[in-house]
This record gives sequence, C-alpha cells and structure tokens, in this order.
Amino acid sequence: MKNTFIGSPVERREDLRFLRGRGQYVDDLAPEGLLYAVILRSSVAHGRIVSVDTKAALKIPGVHAVITANDMPGGPPIIPMRLQPLPEFKPFEQPVIASTKVRYVGEPLAVVLAKSVAIGEDALEAIEVEIESLPAVADWHVAAKNKNILFESQGTNRSLVFEARKGDADVIFASAPYVRREKMRTGRHYGLTLEPRGVMAEWDAARGRLTVSGAAKVPFFNRRILAKQINLPEDSIDMVENDVGGGYGARGEFYPEDFLIPFAARHVNRPVKWIEDRRENLMAMNHARETEAELEVACASDGTLLAIRGEIHTDMGAYMRTNGAVGARNVAQFLSGPYRVPHIKIDSSLWMTNKTPVGTYRGPGRFESSFYIERMLDMIAGDLGIDRVELRRRNLVTAAEQPYSIATIQPTNATDQYDSGDYRATLDRVLKEINWPEVSKLQGKLIGEKYHGLGVACFVEGGAAGPKETARLELNDDGTVSVFLGTSSVGQGVETVFAQIAADALEWPMERIRHVHHGSTSYVSDGYGAYHSRSTVMGGSAVLEATNHFQAAIREAGAKRLKCEAAAVKIDPDNVSGPDGQSFPLKELAGLTAEGAFLNKKHTYSYGAHAVHVTVDPKIGRIEIIDYVLVQDVGRAVNPLTLRGQMIGSLVQGLGGAVLEHLQYDEDGQFLTASLADYLLPTASDFPNLRCVILEDYPSPINPLSVKGAGEGGIVAAGGAIANAVANALQSFGVEPRQLPLTPTYIWELVQAGRQKQAAE
Amino acid sequence: MPIRFEVNGKQVTVEVEPRLTLADCLRQQLRLTGTHIGCDHGVCGACTVLVDGDAVRACLMLAVQAEGSKVVTVEGLSNDDGLTPLQKSFRKHHALQCGFCTPGFITTAHALLSEEPDCDADRIRDVLSGNICRCTGYISIVEAVLDARAAYKSNGGKP
Ligand code: FES
Ligand code: FES
Repeated sequence: MKNTFIGSPVERREDLRFLRGRGQYVDDLAPEGLLYAVILRSSVAHGRIVSVDTKAALKIPGVHAVITANDMPGGPPIIPMRLQPLPEFKPFEQPVIASTKVRYVGEPLAVVLAKSVAIGEDALEAIEVEIESLPAVADWHVAAKNKNILFESQGTNRSLVFEARKGDADVIFASAPYVRREKMRTGRHYGLTLEPRGVMAEWDAARGRLTVSGAAKVPFFNRRILAKQINLPEDSIDMVENDVGGGYGARGEFYPEDFLIPFAARHVNRPVKWIEDRRENLMAMNHARETEAELEVACASDGTLLAIRGEIHTDMGAYMRTNGAVGARNVAQFLSGPYRVPHIKIDSSLWMTNKTPVGTYRGPGRFESSFYIERMLDMIAGDLGIDRVELRRRNLVTAAEQPYSIATIQPTNATDQYDSGDYRATLDRVLKEINWPEVSKLQGKLIGEKYHGLGVACFVEGGAAGPKETARLELNDDGTVSVFLGTSSVGQGVETVFAQIAADALEWPMERIRHVHHGSTSYVSDGYGAYHSRSTVMGGSAVLEATNHFQAAIREAGAKRLKCEAAAVKIDPDNVSGPDGQSFPLKELAGLTAEGAFLNKKHTYSYGAHAVHVTVDPKIGRIEIIDYVLVQDVGRAVNPLTLRGQMIGSLVQGLGGAVLEHLQYDEDGQFLTASLADYLLPTASDFPNLRCVILEDYPSPINPLSVKGAGEGGIVAAGGAIANAVANALQSFGVEPRQLPLTPTYIWELVQAGRQKQAAE
Repeated sequence: MPIRFEVNGKQVTVEVEPRLTLADCLRQQLRLTGTHIGCDHGVCGACTVLVDGDAVRACLMLAVQAEGSKVVTVEGLSNDDGLTPLQKSFRKHHALQCGFCTPGFITTAHALLSEEPDCDADRIRDVLSGNICRCTGYISIVEAVLDARAAYKSNGGKP
C-alpha cells in the first residue's frame, strides 16, 4: 500500500475534542486542595520600592500566603535569555519579581495564594505598597537621552546595537545616482492569545517532584531554567503541555510566573494555579514590533537597488526577555526582504524603556522590515517614474542566484542564506489572481465617496530553526502506534500533520496512528519546541527518522523470532513475516519503541507575494479591503487544509497590526490600552475578502520532507501591502503613510495635510 | 445562596456566592469546562452559552440570574457518538485551530441558525463579529456556518 496522506486535506483529529467542549486547557484543571494565585503588579512605571506590606492581606480569611521577593533567600532569580544570550544583555534581564525597583506598569510585586480568585483579589487591595516614583522613560527618544536610566549601573539605556553588514554601503552612497531617505515607524502590538496564559504547579514533597502544567512552546528549555532557579534536578520536574489556546511566538516563553507559581506550590506544599486575566495579559505578555527607522536607499536610474543604509531603533520595554532580541536583530537582517541588495549597513539599537518588555510575535522583525522596504520601493518607483511592479520584478532575487546570502549580523556573526525559489513566479501569480491589468485601472479613482487603491508586496519567511528535533514511535498492545515528539502544539494542528507523516512513512492507514503526543518533557529525551515555523519541518523530519528506526527495530526483533536475516523481514500493518512465509502478529511486539532525531543547521525560506485592492473614505479615514490575495510557495504542503488556515490566520493578524492593534502609553509610562475595548482586534466583519494560493514549485533542498515553514507568510507583508494600497488610493492628496497602524485618525490627518499643502501651492 | 436551573437538560441545584458569574459557576461548580473565559468583560464571546435559547455571555451574567432558566452549553450541543452537522461543518472547513474560541462560536452560530436558517454571509459576519478568534482569520468560520445552514433548514431550525 502506498499512502498519500501527505498533500491531502486531512480533517484534524484534535477537532473532535475541541468542537464538543472536551479540550483540556490549563484552567480546566482543578486538583484537590488547589489554591489560586493572584499577582500584585506595579501601577507605577518607574520607581524605587520602599516597602511592600502584606500584613493586612494575610489577615483576610481564605488567604493562605503572600509571597514577595523577601521570601527568596539570595534574592529573586533572574530569567536568562533563550535566543541570542549575549553577555551584553545580562544586566538587563528580568528578575522574577521586583525587589528594589519597578520598571514597568504590570511588573510583579507580590503573589497572593487564596482559596478563591475573588478572595485573592480582595487581598491585593489590602497590600500596602510604597514606591518612590522616578521619571518615566516613555519611549526610545527619551531613552536615548540617557538622562533617566533604567539600569543605573549600566550608564545607558541602550542594551546593544546589532549591525547588519554586507558589501560596502558607504562607498556606494558616495557616488549613487539616486538616493531616497525616509523616516518611518511601526506600532506596538503583540501576539495576544485568546486563552490567557496560565500555570499550575503541584509539589510532591515525599518524592521531591514538581509537576508544572500549562507548558507550551519550549518546555524542555523552560525546564532547564526552572530546575536551576528552584534548585532541583531537571528530571525531578515534569512540564506538562495541555491544550494550548494560541501561541504566536508570545506564549510559552519563560515568564516571571513560570517561576513564581512552582515556587509558591513548593512554598505552601499545595497545588497552586494562576490564570492570567485579560488586563494582566495585555500588560504582562511580551509586547512586540515598536520600531522607528531612518533609512536611505540608493538606486541606479533604472531602479536597480544598490545599497541600503540607516538606523533602526526598537523600543524594548523594561527588560531583555528570553527572545527579546530577535525582533531587533531580524528587522536589520531581513530589511532587504526577497530583494537583491548588494550593499547593506544597518545599525539596530535596542533601547530600554518603562514599558512591558518585548518578545517575539509571529514574523518578528520581518513584519516591520517588510513595511519599511515595501513603502520605500513604492516611493522610489514614483520618483524614478518606473512601474512599481516592474521595479520589484527587477530587484527580486532570481532562482539562478539561489542560495542567496543576506546581510551578516554582528556581534553574533550570524550569516544566513535563502534556500531556493523563483520569487518572480509568486509575484506574477498574485497579479494574475487579483486581475491586476483590469483592477489597476481603478488606481487613485474616486468612485462614490471612496478612493480605490492597489498595493503589492513580496516577502520571504524563515523557518525550521535547528539544531535538532526528536521523535519516538511506540507499538501499542492493539498493534497501533503512538508517536511522541519534542515539538509543541500551540494550536496549529500538529497532531494531524504528524499522523499523516507517520502513516505515509509506515504505509499504514491513519487509524493505526493512535496518538500523537507532544510538548511534555516526559515523552522524549530532548525537544526544542514550537517557534520559527519549525514544527512541521523539524518535527516532521524527526518523525521520518524515528519511523526508519522503528521499522529497523521491528525487523531486528522479527529476525530473531523468525530466524532469518533482518533485511528479509517484511512488515505489514498486521503481521511480521519472513522469507519463507513464517509470520507472527505485529502486536506481539507491543512495547517496542524507537527514537529518531533530525539535525539541521540551515533555514528554510518559503516566499510569496501579497496584492490588495482597497477603498479609502477620506472623510472618515476608513479602509475597506475589496480583494486581497496571498500567494506563497511552501515547497510542499503536508496538509493544504491546515496550511490555508495558517495563511489566512496569519494574514488577518497582520492586518490587525497594520490597521487596528495598538498598545499605547502616556508620557508617564501609564498603560492606556488595558482592555479589549481599547486594544482593537480584527473581528469577523473587518476583513471578509481574503484569498490565498498555495504553490509547491520549489521543494526545500534541506530536509527529507521538502517542506518549508509557512506559518508567517500572511503576516509579514501585510503592513507594507496595505500601506502601499492606501498611498495609491490617496495619491491625489500626495499621501504617503509612514507609520503603522493605519488608524482612521492617522489617515484622516494625512488627507488633511495633503489638502492644506495643495491649497498652499 | 442556593439556585436551581436546568443545564443541558438536567435540573441542577448549586450553592453560589451572589457575586459568582454564570461562567464561573458552569466551569468551577458544574465542571462544564467547555465554556471558556477569554476576557471576563463581555468582549470576546468565548463564554457564550444559550439561556432560554438566546446566545448570552456567561461572564456578564450572574449565576443567580439563571435561576429557573434553561442553560445550554457547548457540551449540551454535542453528543457522544459523533459530531453534529454544525460541528462537522466546522471540521470540514477547518474553522478552528487552537479551539479556545470554538465553543463560543458553536453556541453563537447554533442560536443564529436555529432562528434564521436562511441568513446570508453578511448576516453571519455581523452576528459572529461579537466573537473573537485569534487563529483562523474568520473566513473558514463563516464558510462553515454558511454550509451548516442546510441542516437547520431541512429541519425547521433544528440541526
Ligand atoms: S469571556 Fe465572556 S465575553 Fe469574553
Ligand atoms: S481557533 Fe484559536 S482563537 Fe479561534
């Protein structure tokens, strides 16, 4: 039997429980004796802690304990960085609880353990906190003055400058025939998950074991951190992944609560659960994206890109969190996007400010850089009188230039290469899908009350972060197989995808893959988790490896029993047989297990293009999407149904960030968007007209499945595409959007400014 | 104080504090954890349940207000042997990823299709716009609800 589950739109197995209300998320757990944790957070953005008095709170009936930094002998542990853990960042890492200073609104000060959440919340009000406020560093401009400093001992608010370098940009700029300079920025938004974060910890004092539920994304790494901080051997801690209500890069990193709750459970020797409320989530989960760029692009007069040079500044918030540096690095490294830029010189500064710290959000740095380069390209096309599609086509990296090297990043000396692809093919396809020749006649036209505009943007998406992933197959009593993995699910549907891969590799029916387990530390010897669009590529390839070992193990066991050569043993879904027809039922080998690992240092790069047709109402600044097409070449689609879900889902997140979502602070560092009424998310009526096309023309050369990570393509170019469409629609006012999000107010202001300028001329 | 109401066809009596929301009562006291809490402020719709046939946000209603009414949760719209036509349609169209919003969409869509089995895409979008899904981008959810209409139509508003 030759299976073809890979490539088929197989319906998901996880749906059976989710659709019937039988999923099990961390808040659904309620063991005997459970205490609820509620966290007191700083309401001051920047200040020195004078005292935290918990006496009155402890007297409230039902309050079991209140934990502060004083309960941690030797001071609160510091959370180390997971990615780019440079020594320069060390002094800026976050303690699990504030002890001397608070640096953002939302920073933990105390943890109340109570019989119910309601009692715990009452107790929060009874804690007396005295904080001597310091002037807030409310954005990177203030930070750069280095007058008020978050970490005094460092003498600066800048934790690092990443340098992206390629060729010799300065030389090119000295003699370039054409240069365009721009200053632009992207707003602060984040990977809000609909399920708020949660941690539940149980301490087994007799056995000295800690069980932590609510793990996600990188449980093995987080276990290593926790083991050190809490002084237990790693194998005394089980991290358990439950159903996870969305990740997007933000959930599952090691946050302060990932120490505080296990610590609390051991402290009181009772199970403790903490579930974040939405207000906390908005001010405690990693923020992302807020950057400002001053860029110059040099071109030949035919529009050939010669060089990019400039500075980018990221508003990091108060601490360097586990993956906090990724965005600031990527925004520099990927500024050239899918385009051929031979000379690059970008300095990307990381500024500490009194805001919630940043981490990654789907497409970290890529969303920002795509907005910058795509806006610049449209402005350049206008200056040079070249069609903007043609300008892109001229500058896209060609298939013949692959693998194509991008800028090197210092101080980490990180190099990278795009792996394969014909970027022009996706551009051509997206134009065809949206019927560009026809709709482009509407560009800038006023029809009724609204102006029509078109935007186009091209992108690459990195995936498959190494170094390794592990999978294990185990034969069950009934002859079915269970698959165990070191990657995690954050709600993408990996159970189904891995079952498809295993069933194809074994050439067995899908039903014979009984379970796919992932994300918990007890399943395999090591695991690297779910980030950087790596689950399918790395986990899927590991499943292939494990399947090979599994079949080899069956052959070996079969050979012994059947007294023949292992190579002569045949395996079918029911029987193991030898060359002379002797056989025995496969299930007699129940318990047989084999692990396999996939090692990889290279990245996959899927790629594609966005094209969008919008209308803009200049009187109210409202953007409406008439048609939006996303084309992406993913190498190979394991499951087109779930892949389409990734593409459209990430696209709508991108549009949210481009048009609606905005985390705002005032000049005192007070947080202004602490509810979903203030922080606007896309709803079902916002973006109804979206389509996507999957291409599989360029399989990845670097993994046995030929797949490329594809969870981010929708988000990466959304800001650039839509901003270009708005500029195109409002060209008669000379409107050039230079910041995201494109709120109605911002667009209205641009139109007004354009009108005034025209009136003055 | 004790309250009595019907949940998924069964009469229940529970002892609740006056400030307890219906959502917390369902989740914590009746252990019906299919009803999810995404905001606790009436914005996200994850907690939507049916109260006497209407889609209601269980985080905005106090448990004591449910006295005497008929409450149906996602568990009550499901059966053991398989998926209902609405659930099947969600699965077919991949109208869920992480599944956290799903119970709220199922209850909301069920209430809509029971009342208006002929509704069009705009109407569906309008009604669903009170529910937030962060994963899917909504296109597939609207397709799933559109596709499920037939099952409600042929059966006079019942799936
Ligand atoms: S939890 Fe009730 S509406 Fe969000
Ligand atoms: S499926 Fe994740 S929020 Fe809707």
